[in-house]
Amino acid sequence: MDWIQQLVNGLALGSIYALIALGYTMVYGVLRFINFAHADVLMLGAYAAFFIAPLSAKFFGAESLFGALAVVFVAAAICALIGILIELLAYRPLRERPKLTVLITAIGVSLFIEYVCQHEKVFGAATRSFPTLIPKHDIIVAGVHLSSNDLIVLVLTGVLLFVLWFIVQKTKMGMALRALSFNPQAAALMGVSVNRIISFTFGIGSALAAVAGIFYSMRAPGIDPLMGVQPGLRAFVAAVLGGIGNLPGAALGGIVLGLLETVAGGMPGVSNYRDGIAFAILILILLFRPSGLLGKTTVEKV
Amino acid sequence: MIYKGTKRGLLGAILIAVIVSFFSAHFNRYYQGVAIDVAINIVLAVSLNLINGYTGQFSLGHAGFMAVGGYIAAKLTLVFGATCAPWAQPLVFFAALVAGGLVAAMAGLAVGVPSLRLRGDYLAIVTLGFGEIIRVVFQNSETFGAATGLFGIPKWTTLAWSFGAAAITVYVVTCLVNSTYGRGFLAVHDDEIAAGAMGVNPTRYKVTAFVIGAFFAGVAGGLYAHLKTTLVPTGFDFMKSIDIVVMVILGGMGNTLGVILAAIILTLLPEVLRVVADYRMIIYALLIIALMLLRPQGLFSVRRKKGASK
Amino acid sequence: MSVELLKLDQVTIRFGGLTAVSALDLCIGEQELVGLIGPNGAGKTTAFNMITGVYQPTEGRITFAGNCTKGLRPYHLARAGIARTFQNIRLFASMSVFDNVRTAMQVHRQHGILDALLRGNNFRKGEKEVELRVMQLLEIFGLENVREENAKSLPYGDQRRLEIVRALATNPKLLLLDEPAAGMNPTEKVELMKLIRFVKEKFALAVLLVEHDMKVVMGICERIAVLDYGLKIAEGTPEEIRANPKVIAAYLGQETGGDL
Repeated sequence: MDWIQQLVNGLALGSIYALIALGYTMVYGVLRFINFAHADVLMLGAYAAFFIAPLSAKFFGAESLFGALAVVFVAAAICALIGILIELLAYRPLRERPKLTVLITAIGVSLFIEYVCQHEKVFGAATRSFPTLIPKHDIIVAGVHLSSNDLIVLVLTGVLLFVLWFIVQKTKMGMALRALSFNPQAAALMGVSVNRIISFTFGIGSALAAVAGIFYSMRAPGIDPLMGVQPGLRAFVAAVLGGIGNLPGAALGGIVLGLLETVAGGMPGVSNYRDGIAFAILILILLFRPSGLLGKTTVEKV
Repeated sequence: MIYKGTKRGLLGAILIAVIVSFFSAHFNRYYQGVAIDVAINIVLAVSLNLINGYTGQFSLGHAGFMAVGGYIAAKLTLVFGATCAPWAQPLVFFAALVAGGLVAAMAGLAVGVPSLRLRGDYLAIVTLGFGEIIRVVFQNSETFGAATGLFGIPKWTTLAWSFGAAAITVYVVTCLVNSTYGRGFLAVHDDEIAAGAMGVNPTRYKVTAFVIGAFFAGVAGGLYAHLKTTLVPTGFDFMKSIDIVVMVILGGMGNTLGVILAAIILTLLPEVLRVVADYRMIIYALLIIALMLLRPQGLFSVRRKKGASK
Repeated sequence: MSVELLKLDQVTIRFGGLTAVSALDLCIGEQELVGLIGPNGAGKTTAFNMITGVYQPTEGRITFAGNCTKGLRPYHLARAGIARTFQNIRLFASMSVFDNVRTAMQVHRQHGILDALLRGNNFRKGEKEVELRVMQLLEIFGLENVREENAKSLPYGDQRRLEIVRALATNPKLLLLDEPAAGMNPTEKVELMKLIRFVKEKFALAVLLVEHDMKVVMGICERIAVLDYGLKIAEGTPEEIRANPKVIAAYLGQETGGDL
């Protein structure tokens, strides 16, 4: 049954988009700007995994579960630090400036990362094949062929979403995060360390992006320094679709977009325009329901 | 307010361009190519400045309008230019350029209207999205060569055409903005609500900016097509839009003269940096970041105090 | 009352669950100076925003110069003759004093985009007229010497005056002033009162004033309407309002900035 395969495939892609979208939406929630460089963190996560994998293979044996988890964990940690660093160096100095300035800086940071990584002395522009972290099995459920990779993605994403939900809803950090999204000034007055929370936000978002990058590479033929651009753009659309600033929305938007793209990819005639689907959705959303599926409309006070 | 001389300036500039072009056979081919590149970038940057700088609509999809103009113009000359007599060539070229510009202007309308209620980041993303959609459409269109693109386009772009176009673009944008009518653009940029309260129709100004900006981007695209003689959709991607945006930012948004200088500098920079060609793009990216951190108003912007000029 | 200029008929506006203004009836005649007062959050600026087309009322009807304003956007109403200033000064920050006023001349300029491009005689004539009129206005208010200065570089009091001048450039029949005395010291407030009276006389307009400072309101308004929680609780002459128990009750414990 083809459609179940498509469904799982779409959900897996959607999970990847969801993980990236969460990063966009969290940053937008606290800082009200779009972190263009987020997409490149995904790429850095994939490359981090690329370089760590052989090391982990030595310790845990090749293609082992522990090894894979260790790689993911370390890559995520590295990217969390990178994300925090980017915020510290490039965005924090511009906290008081108009949003457009920061947006352009973000574009600059994104380009910088991409071009540095394309340089031979760093990663080089050529595509490299991603190491297999975990052996890929064909799992047959009720006559349907499913990829173990897809299922791993689904399960891990579920776990991560749960962890995130827990952090945001049940911990002090999470409460501070929510307070900051609602009203930065009031939160600061209540003793919330704005800088700490923002760093925290970037850290988590980047860690999730790293994981998404690894998942993405498991499905893609290879990795290259510009691999983050397309998924990043789609994930951003997903975030807007769900309602930017809204965490469950980002997850929902990611899943919906993943499913739509997979379905469209399977339809003859439409598949060529698959790339354009995300943008078409973006434009439609912003025209007809700019607050997204789960967002709230705000009226500007004059 | 001094308005005399703008028309004379325009005619003079076009005349000089034509005369210089006449002697073009004596110039180094390579430098000529660079000079024409400069002129085309001036058209792109000044037209984008109308949208981004003066009217404050942050558009990241300008390359899309360029693509539309380029493809339409190229298609027209490929069909009609081959068979027409040599004396008719300039006319065909002119018609093709204008046609490209007009279709691009319609694209500008299509992009501008939905973008009206969006601000800042959202507008940027939507225009980016439109730019990408345009590219994808051309990439999938057999009429326009799909992924391989169009080739064999007659190499008709000369110094005269490109600098003439640049002069006209500068003239139009400057004249438009430096008038009572044109203050409306700035008003929309500064404070849309207050502008509305003073009788300025923000929607109309935004759309007008998009349409006119897109028209000239289309013309630039046509010139570009007839310089490079081949067109591929990947040449009009997001990066190209960013290139133009950086020129506008470097020049100081809303400062035509600064933007022209920035266009010149940024076109010549890669040539100058050939030595460090390896690091060219990295330097470019650092330039953007440095600019935003240190001097977001651009290199050449002057605090706008005077009412009339500039 | 003189010829009716602006009429609000049972105007109500709701934002989601919040009713900001409820069943407001208000009438302003030509060349009347009316004040709109009430505690913070009473809905005064919201009423302004409805009159100027920024918000559309959920219920009720607003009529200006005999025409219903339903669905009309702010710039339509500006052209019809309603001008306003803002609570937080909204001058055009990138433009000079001169250009701020010049921009407001959109409403009455004869030459348009084509003329700007062709730069013919039509254009020159039109620009000359605009220049003349802007200078006239600036001279009346003593701002002609700073006409090339950036609007935001003026002292606060001058900025407020500039905002009024800009509004006048649209040649309005009705001028809405949103807390023009905010941030002013007593001397400036006295000047402001003189200015408002002067503007009303010289330009023959109706003025609707939202203000917290009671001295200013009582000093110049011919009639006052009082809002509280979106409802009109009283309307009348300054003496009547001063004595009205409902008004006193609404303001009890509120900062008035002057004697009631």
